[in-house]
Amino acid sequence: MKKASLLWQVFLTFFKIGAFTFGGGYAMVPLIQREASEKHGWVSDEDILDIVAIAESTPGPIAINSATFVGYRACGIPGSVCATLGVVLPSFLIILTISGILREFQENVYVQYAFRGIRCGVLALILKAMWGMYKKCKKNIPAYIVMVAAFVLVAFVKVPVFWVIAGCAVFGIVTFYAMEKEGKK
Amino acid sequence: MIYLELFWTFFTIGAFTFGGGYAMLPLIQIEVVNKGWLANEAVVNFIAVSESTPGPFAINMATYVGSEMGGVLGAACATLGVVMPSFIIILIVAKCYDRFKKSKLVKGAMSGLKPAVIGMIGTAVLSIGKTVFVQPGLLFSAVLFGVMAVLAFRKVHPIIIICISAAAGILAGILGI
Repeated sequence: MKKASLLWQVFLTFFKIGAFTFGGGYAMVPLIQREASEKHGWVSDEDILDIVAIAESTPGPIAINSATFVGYRACGIPGSVCATLGVVLPSFLIILTISGILREFQENVYVQYAFRGIRCGVLALILKAMWGMYKKCKKNIPAYIVMVAAFVLVAFVKVPVFWVIAGCAVFGIVTFYAMEKEGKK
Repeated sequence: MIYLELFWTFFTIGAFTFGGGYAMLPLIQIEVVNKGWLANEAVVNFIAVSESTPGPFAINMATYVGSEMGGVLGAACATLGVVMPSFIIILIVAKCYDRFKKSKLVKGAMSGLKPAVIGMIGTAVLSIGKTVFVQPGLLFSAVLFGVMAVLAFRKVHPIIIICISAAAGILAGILGI
């Protein structure tokens, strides 16, 4: 019985987090810290930092990574299922509702005007996000090579993204070991 | 079988996105736009919707594309697909957490993946730029983009940026510029 109420609490907490974070991903981290660490003690503050690092170095959306991890810490695999379900459900329900409305209004001329303006704003937002990632990225010659190569290969040579990702990971591993060797000399 | 295709497409997107959020854009553009599921413009429009609704971009996008292509069941398949890889991988990592944290292989791979994601978002910026800077109204779009970029870099909240751009777009449409 106690386990069931814990699972319910995990679900509810992540449902709340999913329902109240705009912009996803990193915007969710402070909320997870307050709810999962300070309020419920499922993880420590230090864990939160680790979770962010792990979420960044595993594939998939950060929200899902963090929810699965915290849920697992709180209550094993059932906990991770409840947390993930909780964080996904609000978006899922909201978008399902909205997609019908969007379809209805898409033909409306004012909506089209609005979206023409909005696309300018979205482009600015993406550039800003890209700049933020650039600032956080370690800057050395291999990193610049990868940046340019990934851009050119995907945009102009039309190499499938999956190959570019795999290639860059391998290139990263090789240069990482090479630089470490260099450092030891 | 559209449901299986939705699940699988979003499964691969989930499995190959590192860093979350906009890191997913290049994959969405290639998988979803090239399959003809959504037009490039519709993807950009939906980014705005996703910014103004709660929840992670990946889930919003999967649910939206899924529901457009296959109703509620389609949305469920796409969302399940995008969630599944992270879920499985994190469960594995949570078990051998310390080894993962210290792994040089992981560190090395990340040192290649982080800049790769930046380069690939660059390609997304390029293709989105093509939907923004078009005639007629090129001058208006350029000015609006410039102003919004200044606001974005001054850390104005995304929702405010979207609202202002929407208002500017409607005004420009009425004035015919």
